[in-house]
Amino acid sequence: MSRITVTVDGTKYEEEVEPRLLLVHFLRDRLGRTGTPIGCDTSNCGACTVLMDGRSVKSCSVLAVQADGSDILTIEGLAEHGTLHPMQRAFHEEHALQCGYCTPGMILASIDLIQDNPDPSEDEIRSGLEGNLCRCTGYSNIVRAVRKGAQEMGATP
Amino acid sequence: MSTTEAEIGRARRRKEDARLITGRTQWTDNIQLPGMLHVAFLRSPMAHARIIRVDVSAAKGQPGVVAVFSGQDFGDEQGSLPCAWPVTEDIVIPDHPPMATSTVRYVGEAVACVIATDRYKAADALDAIEIDYEPLPAVLDMNEALAEGATPVHEGGNKSFTWKFGTGDAEAAFRDAPVVIERTYVQQRLIPSAMEPRAVVAQTDGDSFIVHSATQIPHILRVMLAATTGIPEHKIRVIAPDVGGGFGSKLQVTAEEVLTLLISKRLGRPVKWTESRSEGNLTVHHGRDQIQRISLAASADGVLRGVKVDLLADMGAYLMLVTPGIPLLGAFMYTGVYKMDAYDFTCTGVFTTKMPTDAYRGAGRPEATYAIERAMDELAHEIGVDPLEIRRRNWIKHEEFPYATAGGLTYDSGNYEAATDRAMALFGYDKLRAEQADRRDRNDPVQLGIGVSTYTEMCGLAPSRVLGSLRYAAGGWEHATIRMLPTGKVEVVTGTSPHGQGHETAWSQIVADSLGVPFDDVAVLHGDTASSPRGMDTYGSRSLVVGGIAVLQACEKVKENAKQVAAHLLECAPEDLEFTDGAFRVRGTEAAKTIQEIALATFAAHDLPEGFEPQLDAGSTFDPEAFSFPHGTHLCAIEVDTETGESKIRSYVAVDDIGNVINPLIVEGQVHGGIAQGIAQALYEEAVYDSDGNLLTTTMADYLIPSAADLPDFTTARTVTPATSNPLGVKGVGEAGTIASTPAVVNALVDALSPYGIRDVAMPCTPERVWRAIQGGTS
Amino acid sequence: MIPASFEYVRPSTVEEAAQILRNAAGDDVKLLAGGQSLLPLLRLRLAYPAALIDLGRIDELRGVRDEADHVFIAAMTTHDEVVKSAVVQEQCPLVALATAQVADPAVRHRGTFGGSMAHADPAGDLPAVALALDMEFTILSAEGTRTLPASEFFVDYLETALGPGEILLGAKVPKLGAGWGFHYEKFHRTAQAWAIVGVAAAVKRENGTISEGRVALTNMGSTPVRAFSVERRLPGVPVADGNGELREAASTAANDTEPPTDLHARPDYRRHLAVVLTERAVRKAAA
Repeated sequence: MSRITVTVDGTKYEEEVEPRLLLVHFLRDRLGRTGTPIGCDTSNCGACTVLMDGRSVKSCSVLAVQADGSDILTIEGLAEHGTLHPMQRAFHEEHALQCGYCTPGMILASIDLIQDNPDPSEDEIRSGLEGNLCRCTGYSNIVRAVRKGAQEMGATP
Repeated sequence: MSTTEAEIGRARRRKEDARLITGRTQWTDNIQLPGMLHVAFLRSPMAHARIIRVDVSAAKGQPGVVAVFSGQDFGDEQGSLPCAWPVTEDIVIPDHPPMATSTVRYVGEAVACVIATDRYKAADALDAIEIDYEPLPAVLDMNEALAEGATPVHEGGNKSFTWKFGTGDAEAAFRDAPVVIERTYVQQRLIPSAMEPRAVVAQTDGDSFIVHSATQIPHILRVMLAATTGIPEHKIRVIAPDVGGGFGSKLQVTAEEVLTLLISKRLGRPVKWTESRSEGNLTVHHGRDQIQRISLAASADGVLRGVKVDLLADMGAYLMLVTPGIPLLGAFMYTGVYKMDAYDFTCTGVFTTKMPTDAYRGAGRPEATYAIERAMDELAHEIGVDPLEIRRRNWIKHEEFPYATAGGLTYDSGNYEAATDRAMALFGYDKLRAEQADRRDRNDPVQLGIGVSTYTEMCGLAPSRVLGSLRYAAGGWEHATIRMLPTGKVEVVTGTSPHGQGHETAWSQIVADSLGVPFDDVAVLHGDTASSPRGMDTYGSRSLVVGGIAVLQACEKVKENAKQVAAHLLECAPEDLEFTDGAFRVRGTEAAKTIQEIALATFAAHDLPEGFEPQLDAGSTFDPEAFSFPHGTHLCAIEVDTETGESKIRSYVAVDDIGNVINPLIVEGQVHGGIAQGIAQALYEEAVYDSDGNLLTTTMADYLIPSAADLPDFTTARTVTPATSNPLGVKGVGEAGTIASTPAVVNALVDALSPYGIRDVAMPCTPERVWRAIQGGTS
Repeated sequence: MIPASFEYVRPSTVEEAAQILRNAAGDDVKLLAGGQSLLPLLRLRLAYPAALIDLGRIDELRGVRDEADHVFIAAMTTHDEVVKSAVVQEQCPLVALATAQVADPAVRHRGTFGGSMAHADPAGDLPAVALALDMEFTILSAEGTRTLPASEFFVDYLETALGPGEILLGAKVPKLGAGWGFHYEKFHRTAQAWAIVGVAAAVKRENGTISEGRVALTNMGSTPVRAFSVERRLPGVPVADGNGELREAASTAANDTEPPTDLHARPDYRRHLAVVLTERAVRKAAA
């Protein structure tokens, strides 16, 4: 067992974990942070995407021990004091989700994309989200939502 | 007249989103219960083998392991997984134990399971189970399976059934026909790939059971769990919490649901099973997998006389819930939007040693539409006219509705001309044709192709009497109950079971208009057999067309009840009342009672009409009289790099006529997603088994689902020809995009390649297949 | 799916890591870099290592350094850091171009330069780039550090010349100087799929013609392969469209290759693609 300290959505946790415990299972099964779902075994689908020290990672392909000392932001920690993040709002406004299973990963990957590229073109959004699969929307509305979210993130200092 | 804006037709943002965008979801795998155990299944690595020996003793001693079971341990208790659609009298329905006891028939079939204190320990102990198999030959090819001397998958042989249908005199239509087109198309096997893997949690208090499952069909599941396990129906409550997509794949009664329930019964503890993606690719039922032989007979100028279809449908190793019925759902659609004198259809269901097939988005109708729309392009090519022209010569004209088709259905309404004109204008059809000619002239290595699909489909599953005539075991009705709460808020209890479709929003819009209450004052309850005891669930684009009508009718009954109270309180005759803006008003006066006031008065029950039971609630069960028939015209422009075989969709226009629309935002989303899945069949996806029957596409690294970077933006528009078969004039939209897009894309691709003499490329039209076709080899 | 159990150690210096690795001799110990290839393999239980040595907290294994005639990219530098490195973009842009096409953004945040090289998947994008640029790998062994040219590093499918006790420290990427152009042409079925074939091209242009060219191929054999026969034919080929000289030069791209068969392509198609994509890669590099 290894002892790790991880901050998740602003709360610091100290836990004993098996080295093989995946970060996503640490979040879901150990901490009860079930907002982050699991969609595959091979890091292809991106449903489990979280921000680790500010950057998107697939939490199914990170060991909890590798996250020792890091700051994790999940979809559950994104809205501050009940106020939705502009990207969450944009996904709602543009009907960018149906079943919603890919949505946490899609929103966090989009926020990561905007950090590097505050005003992405349609093609840049599409390639920026190549690691996040959605089976419901056909992506058109997701692309629109990311454009809108980007604009609102730019407008909100 | 109403003074408030109508809710129906309004692009309301969805009520469902609030929890989904913040992660406050209720996926089945989220559930954690005190003392909960975890199940892991050991699965057959062999496509076909006898089980010689099972030794679970070593696994039983592993840390955290509570129990280990093999198929023999469940014995008769596990029953046989149900097939609810015995399509013919003499159909062969093999016994299908949830866990194999003596023979395995596909890679992935469950052969043992471990129940442990956490999912990691359960997975570990699987490695310690020993099973000896005696291999039997894999049976993979449908034609070989039917040949004399083939290895039988089941004792009864490899043919499950042959089902025939026809109208008119097909032989006469084909005799001396100036033009006959005969083609064979292969509908490759697909993996539905809902983003949420399956999961089941079963718990018991020793007497009754609660089963949470990532299912589309909590109501059907409850009945079937009772029938399979012998646990009385009233002792089982099924809950479908948030469900992450289905596309037909969660329209099933699965081995894992039955076994998880039985394990919970045996151990008296809550147990959870959550599927991994690679497990799911092996064992969530697959879709399509048909070989279609289609023949068209036409006059010299391309006017259809008749269509003949001979279909082989791969059932896989067993018949699951509606496996044999899937090709039948297509049987009536091979005549498409076209007029003809005769139609002849034969389908043979074949057993192979592969995962069973069953419903996948469109279920039979995409296959049918693909065959007829591809073949119509071949007819156009044969007689040398534009693909749109051949369609104009043959389709049912708008003034000819209602129209009884050679496919045996009566299409109530439609306007193919209007949808096509709209699509052509949005697409810039003539300009793209000009560019295509230019590229052909220049011998451009990147060729442009234009593909069309003028599809229709049957929705609104289904009139119960029709299902009965097709030997389906259940009805096709849907139920809704409206509860008026004392404060004037409304609860809708629906028998539909949404998993992404937005029923909470759409049903609220219907209720808001009907009862004149604010949209936000309506809550929709679904997916729990305790709160919503009656329902037929969500699949086949049926929810609005059947379930939405039940909601509307239940509202009407509530209003009838409320009207009696209003008349009593306003001291007038019910006939003197009119209902507008959520209030009963005495005609010609200011006197009025709002529906909320009536709800409160009914709750208080101090002053109600003589003999009136103090409640307004009402339920309605709607059984449609007829199907609905969405239609539309999809146009696709595709660029094909003839040097590499790579194709890229340049533009895609969809004009759909799905009748009246409750929420255009939701409709557009359904169309987008449907198109994407249809494109995926055309270009990307295929479940591939090797010659030993091993699935090679077990992960998302091998089974290629397109991402945003692989798909274009879609241009969508609608024409509106209301359905006449229901009071809302709605038709259904869940499958239209998938049904329409696959042939549009492949027609475009073949059109691009037609200067090379290419008339077909097998799906998925991979770069390699396209390149080989250009080389003159087989694709 | 869920990995089998393993021991885990997280050294903070390379020397410590090397010591642990040497002490573990005989056991199945694996170095954990970014884990983006290893973790899926563990989850699918295609690998059962007894222990993982996590190199993730060794500062000296991270970063890009501009060192006179070459750029040194430390092994644990993430793909994302490589792509964003101004030094890489200016001094060895081919590395940036190819790395930007590795997997997807989230994977690039975790996956590392050295991890990709040491994994030595012939379908990976970076090994071919290493060959084309004549990178030299710096390796810590029991005897000290040694260097090995890329041409000797990739030995077979998923196999490198790294010995059991050795750790990849990074690679020296020679600076090619003025006049060079670069391109990485990746052909795959979906954006996140592995390359069916990839071509890394570096081309020196002088007076409107190509004076020197380097071409290496992804997924055309059990290791990345250098298309020497193309390189021999490139000098003198006009940069602008000439009379098919470039096509002629590229036509030998698949000579002496033994491309694999998989779900997405058979060998003859891969050979054809290698030719077509080589022409395109060189043309774009020369543009």
